[in-house]
Amino acid sequence: MDRNAQVAQMTEILSKFIAYFGKILPDDVEAKLKELSEKETTPHARLVYETMFRNQALARELNRPCCQDTGVIQYFARVGTRFPLLDDLEEIFKNAVLDATKRAPLRHNAVETFDEKNTGCNVGYRVPCIDWQIVPNSDQLDLDIYMAGGGCTLPGKAMVLMPGAGYEGVTQFVLDVMTSYGLNACPPLLVGVGVATSVEQAAILSKRALMRPIGSRNPNPKAAMMEEALEKGINAIGLGPQGLSGENSVMGVHIENAARHPSTIGVAVNTGCWSHRRGNIVFEPDLTYTIRSHKEAVL
Amino acid sequence: MKKILHTPVTAADLEGIKVGDVIYLSGHIVTCRDVAHRRLIEYGRELPIDIDGGAIFHAGPIVRKVDEDQYEMVAIGPTTSMRMEKFEKEFIRQTGVKVIVGKGGMGQGTVEGCQQYKAIHCVFPAGCAVLAATQVEEIEGQEWMDLGMPETLWLCRVEEFGPLVVSIDTHGNNLFEANKVEFNRRKDEQIEKISKEVRFIK
Repeated sequence: MDRNAQVAQMTEILSKFIAYFGKILPDDVEAKLKELSEKETTPHARLVYETMFRNQALARELNRPCCQDTGVIQYFARVGTRFPLLDDLEEIFKNAVLDATKRAPLRHNAVETFDEKNTGCNVGYRVPCIDWQIVPNSDQLDLDIYMAGGGCTLPGKAMVLMPGAGYEGVTQFVLDVMTSYGLNACPPLLVGVGVATSVEQAAILSKRALMRPIGSRNPNPKAAMMEEALEKGINAIGLGPQGLSGENSVMGVHIENAARHPSTIGVAVNTGCWSHRRGNIVFEPDLTYTIRSHKEAVL
Repeated sequence: MKKILHTPVTAADLEGIKVGDVIYLSGHIVTCRDVAHRRLIEYGRELPIDIDGGAIFHAGPIVRKVDEDQYEMVAIGPTTSMRMEKFEKEFIRQTGVKVIVGKGGMGQGTVEGCQQYKAIHCVFPAGCAVLAATQVEEIEGQEWMDLGMPETLWLCRVEEFGPLVVSIDTHGNNLFEANKVEFNRRKDEQIEKISKEVRFIK
């Protein structure tokens, strides 16, 4: 296959995949929502879960995006230096969004800043967002794609604490977001926390934390312990589905970390909504692919 | 028994409704969010659709063009109402809107607006956009299309639109603010507890 045909093929696969996971939640999210819903007892919490499941069934049946806010598409690419289409990826990512916007359809969510005009095609200057990680000596592309809207993980919050605040300060920062912003960010949330040296590194790590499968743990035992402690603590606040109160608040808490400067603790929080539209797809050099997030997916 | 409100809604219709009630809406609802609020309140531009006694939806839908000036509702769900808080009291006063539907709570200004001018705020379970779209019988009109698909005012005819959980009533009650007091109390307890377990800097 010549290069142009390969580019077209990959663009189409991605477009179809984006349209697909905008309708059907990943396996881990569906399972977690079911588990959480079974624990609820109050009429409001039960009504909300029931409505959510009815909606997901309708989205499947009518082949429509399950939430109207189809977000600004964010790509998290772990790309091998020997992946054959490396030169073309940025263009492929953009064109896949353009195509999926008509296919799904997705909402037109790109407003050019300063000119303050909606581009009407869902892409714009530096949008879709792409986060690149280089994988040496690999010929694969391991790609997470995320579609979440202006009311959940796009806002987020980040700051740099003084070391005197310690991880106690990190705890306070995360929990403060839960009862202020998190309440309106469509609980049960998936909470991503970044702990790092600077505000921007913490921010991107908090978003990458949301790409991990629900229930996975940070490899550092202390960080993993803190994930569990935060999860338990936030659940004890009892935000419930839609913040209407209930038995739980979150689908999980994931922390991603980096070393820090002795003078700083960068911390960031990202609140993923219950409609956690994340897709993971791994491409081989010949463009055969495996979808890891949705076992039953057929594009 | 389903409690169904029909537009146009009167103050008397809202009198018996309290926070926490679950209601449904039949009649008309207009999507109206960030920039539309700003245009009315800050720039004094009159809304191109009369919503006196009507309902607005803090929402930006996905619509599909089916014909010249004819659109189909594909997916519609609430957006964060709190973003409209700074405008809402004055918005209620100027427009006479009776039912505001959105996501999450709103603040003191809206509570005052709802009490003084007799209106309610309700939440539609967010992220349930296909369900809501199936309750829109027809898009009867669209205004301010220069704002793009999410921010256009879409005039929707709805049938038993809901469930809507009443979060602010006409009597000065605010469900989310009341919940927040309890959430913050529990939060402080948890911060204290977790802080003891995460003293990694020694």
